Amino acid sequence: MTLTELNTDEIMTPYPDKVKKNRKKHIVAKTGEAASCPQIEANTRTVPGIISQRGCCYAGCKGVVVGPIKDMITITHGPIGCGYYSWGTRRNKARADEKTPPEHLFGTMCFSTDMQESDIVFGGEKKLTKMIDEVVEIFHPRAINICSTCPIGLIGDDLSAVSKAAEAKHGIQVLHYNCEGYKGVSQSAGHHIANNQIMERIIGTGTDELEGDYIINILGEYNIGGDGWEIERILKDIGYNVNSILTGDSAYVNIKNLHKAHLNLVQCHRSINYIAEMMETKYGTPWLKVNFIGVEATIESLRDMAQCFGDEDLISRTEIVIERELAAISPELERYRKICEGKTAFAFVGGSRSHHYQYLLRDLGMEVVVAGYEFAHRDDYEGREVIPTIKSDADSKNIPELHLEPDPEMYEEPHLHLKMSKEKYDKMVEMGKLGNYDGMYPDMIDGSVMIDDPNHYETEELIEIFHPDLLFSGVRDKYISHKMGVPSKQMHSYDYSGPYAGFRGAIIFAQDVANALSTPAWKMITPPWEKDETGGDE
Amino acid sequence: MLDCVPKEPVTTHTTGKINPAKTCQPLGAMYAALGIHGCLPHSHGSQGCCAYHRMALTRHFRDPAMASSSSFTEGASVFGGAANLKTSIKNIFEIYNPDIIAVHTTCLSETIGDDIPTIIKQTEIPEGKYVIHCNTPSYYGSHITGFSNMCKGIVNYLAESDGNPKKEQANIFPGFVNPADMREVKRIVTEMGVQSIMYPDTTNVMDSPLLKKYEMYPMGGAKIEDIKDSGNSKLTLALGAWSSAEAAAILQEKCKVPGVPLKIPIGIKATDALIMAVKDGFGVEVPQSLEIERGQVIDTLIDTHFHYQGKKVAIFGDPDTVIAMTEFLITMGMIPKYVLTGTNGRKFEETISAMLEEAGIEGSKVKAEGDLFDLHEWIKEEPVDLLIGNTHGKYIARAEDVPFVRFGFPIFDRAVHPLMPVTGYRGCLRLIEMISNALLDRRDRDCADEDYELVL
Repeated sequence: MTLTELNTDEIMTPYPDKVKKNRKKHIVAKTGEAASCPQIEANTRTVPGIISQRGCCYAGCKGVVVGPIKDMITITHGPIGCGYYSWGTRRNKARADEKTPPEHLFGTMCFSTDMQESDIVFGGEKKLTKMIDEVVEIFHPRAINICSTCPIGLIGDDLSAVSKAAEAKHGIQVLHYNCEGYKGVSQSAGHHIANNQIMERIIGTGTDELEGDYIINILGEYNIGGDGWEIERILKDIGYNVNSILTGDSAYVNIKNLHKAHLNLVQCHRSINYIAEMMETKYGTPWLKVNFIGVEATIESLRDMAQCFGDEDLISRTEIVIERELAAISPELERYRKICEGKTAFAFVGGSRSHHYQYLLRDLGMEVVVAGYEFAHRDDYEGREVIPTIKSDADSKNIPELHLEPDPEMYEEPHLHLKMSKEKYDKMVEMGKLGNYDGMYPDMIDGSVMIDDPNHYETEELIEIFHPDLLFSGVRDKYISHKMGVPSKQMHSYDYSGPYAGFRGAIIFAQDVANALSTPAWKMITPPWEKDETGGDE
Repeated sequence: MLDCVPKEPVTTHTTGKINPAKTCQPLGAMYAALGIHGCLPHSHGSQGCCAYHRMALTRHFRDPAMASSSSFTEGASVFGGAANLKTSIKNIFEIYNPDIIAVHTTCLSETIGDDIPTIIKQTEIPEGKYVIHCNTPSYYGSHITGFSNMCKGIVNYLAESDGNPKKEQANIFPGFVNPADMREVKRIVTEMGVQSIMYPDTTNVMDSPLLKKYEMYPMGGAKIEDIKDSGNSKLTLALGAWSSAEAAAILQEKCKVPGVPLKIPIGIKATDALIMAVKDGFGVEVPQSLEIERGQVIDTLIDTHFHYQGKKVAIFGDPDTVIAMTEFLITMGMIPKYVLTGTNGRKFEETISAMLEEAGIEGSKVKAEGDLFDLHEWIKEEPVDLLIGNTHGKYIARAEDVPFVRFGFPIFDRAVHPLMPVTGYRGCLRLIEMISNALLDRRDRDCADEDYELVL
């Protein structure tokens, strides 16, 4: 069927009326007729029992944002499960470097207060205090994170008091995050809570003098499978100084100096736009939405960055590196493109990749026909211009908003960060280059579908209707997809491969996708005794 | 690798867990519920738990692990989750149409104190459909406790006795093991000519084939009518004190089906005990086929003893599987130097210590409620020749350069293991092969060129 003929009512036949009414608002088809993105409902509570792919606030805070900070010990305060499941399962790679020796890497460890019945009854503050004492004595971390889980909020443990006392006792920062799993409606609340603490407590406390002309931070890049390192490699070759990648392979000692950078790059808008905005308010640091997933997208991002600094030398070095990298990958990319060309895919990922990977797939001649986010907000679908019209509902209004003022000593006008004239800066803002994100909708092809918080039933139905050649999703969908006869690649964990970012990443991705499509076993599903007389597969 | 772990032994780790050797209850309950045909497990809590549990199961088995969640919000967390559960049940039956929903809880709904039986009673359940439940507070015990609790829930809700004389059939409670192990145990009992009802039974659920059509509820799993009929069986083979004993006790109480407490049949002795229990319980003869299988294991043990005899082993994992495996290691002439589980229960230490004492093995360390940081500290203090445990052990294996055999749950970094049994006599052969190969590969890797042998 053509995609614009998608009849959502028909898909939703088995739904009870209330569910039908709810879910219809979460699906939008792109048609040539609509000039701008129709409103999509997003970031609202999950329908109970619907088999959503969503996780929780703790996962968004500990699992995504603060867990990867490599030289901090993150203690999960709760029963054992939450710490256990988020132990080593997200592939945010980290390694030692000149500022962080191997003894300060804690990424392969899991720390949990392992609350017992008595801790629920009598409170877990004492146990947490004791665990902090022990962890400091054994590991001497530079700083500690405490992440709370569901029961903490209910039993009323005062993490603020525990952290404060521990800071006084040990002379290191102890941050706490009230990221109980039931807060908000998804992982997204956890991103916000993590952003607030990092902004309020860590950023701006560093006094290092950073050297170099083009000092940047890469925000919302978690170095899955080494993505951040590939991006860093390219940027360093061009001449940028990467202060910190937030938070893939990041170190507490570097995050302290985040405010010293001239420009913030935002890769994952959903998880880190809070810090990007708050840093602009407090320090005047401008931010640029980039996308290093896809060859063309990477090139465009590099050119946008060069324009931000406006330096002729930088612009020409940018072009030299682009040319060199393209020459290195093009023949191989072309080989894989021959296998992938014309294929269609679904992309059901968390809050940003469903958009970013459309560029990389397009490099391979593939198109995303249905794209879904688990927990993105309307601005990620429709663009940041809709932010003033987003109403916060009862489920999200308890997530604190920080209201910051320009720092009296450290604030500097954004154009001064970039050594650019005010006029030129304003023009770039006006063009939507700086401090802006247009969302996924403009990049979708005509007739494609955007779906928010897709569930198991809808995934199955949409696969039946559109017969995609590939499903890009998470591990819970992967094997379901296989049983349905559709190859599936994990777009969270990259099926333990990567990097997928930048130029070299594109080749690895292309090879992985080509292999998934051409695995000989796909043609052997029908046993020979069930083949028709012509001997062909059904 | 693990450079942050201090080189000198520490005595300060007494609180909480560092690199746990267990996870929380609901995962076990979800796995048990997947062992019922046509069942959708349901997690009554916030949705993160359900996402994590499905993820862990699906990574171990490389197969779908379906489950739904009540998706608590902050409001429900304060005022109770009754409405969320009722809505869930309605939505699940209308959209996903399972035969049965098996509800378990999380630390959230347990701390709130949601009264599940009352909520279920107040909910309209379609004709011929079932909703069962068990309480699985994550702050007590481990995933094994959760597995046991769901087994108890299944017996509580479903098993019935029709009051007639007991049938010549055995119930098998397999414990928290892979589908291949369940299949192997069933095969052995069938081979002896005895009818059996196994539950939970995840064969053809968590090791399902790729056929032409996707089925949300795979062909496997214990059928509800069989579970009901288990109240009419002659006896219950309760494999594993932690996983199965309590459910068997309830069935004995409820339907007067005597429970026979057994180890999970890993190793010769535990397999012998299973076969003897069936032989004695039903008065059947042991067929020659099983005698041949057993003889092949003895033959292999004698053929290969010099590959592993006298080697020191560190082993960790879930109590029932670790106890049986430790017994087999002693049978192999190996020395269980460190034996650790994350699950609670003094009986673990007592059981292992008694085995070691009987074998005259001294100086070993045994710990329940331990963690992998403890184990690593012990290994640093006095090294071992082999490490046996789940995937999380690979970091210690690399840091200390110890040969490593993957055993237990979860194994995230290798495939095929859920389809290959470690139970029964055939399982013995597989374990011998894995252990021998790990040690011989190390010898081949480390030896000088002149010591590199063609025949070993």
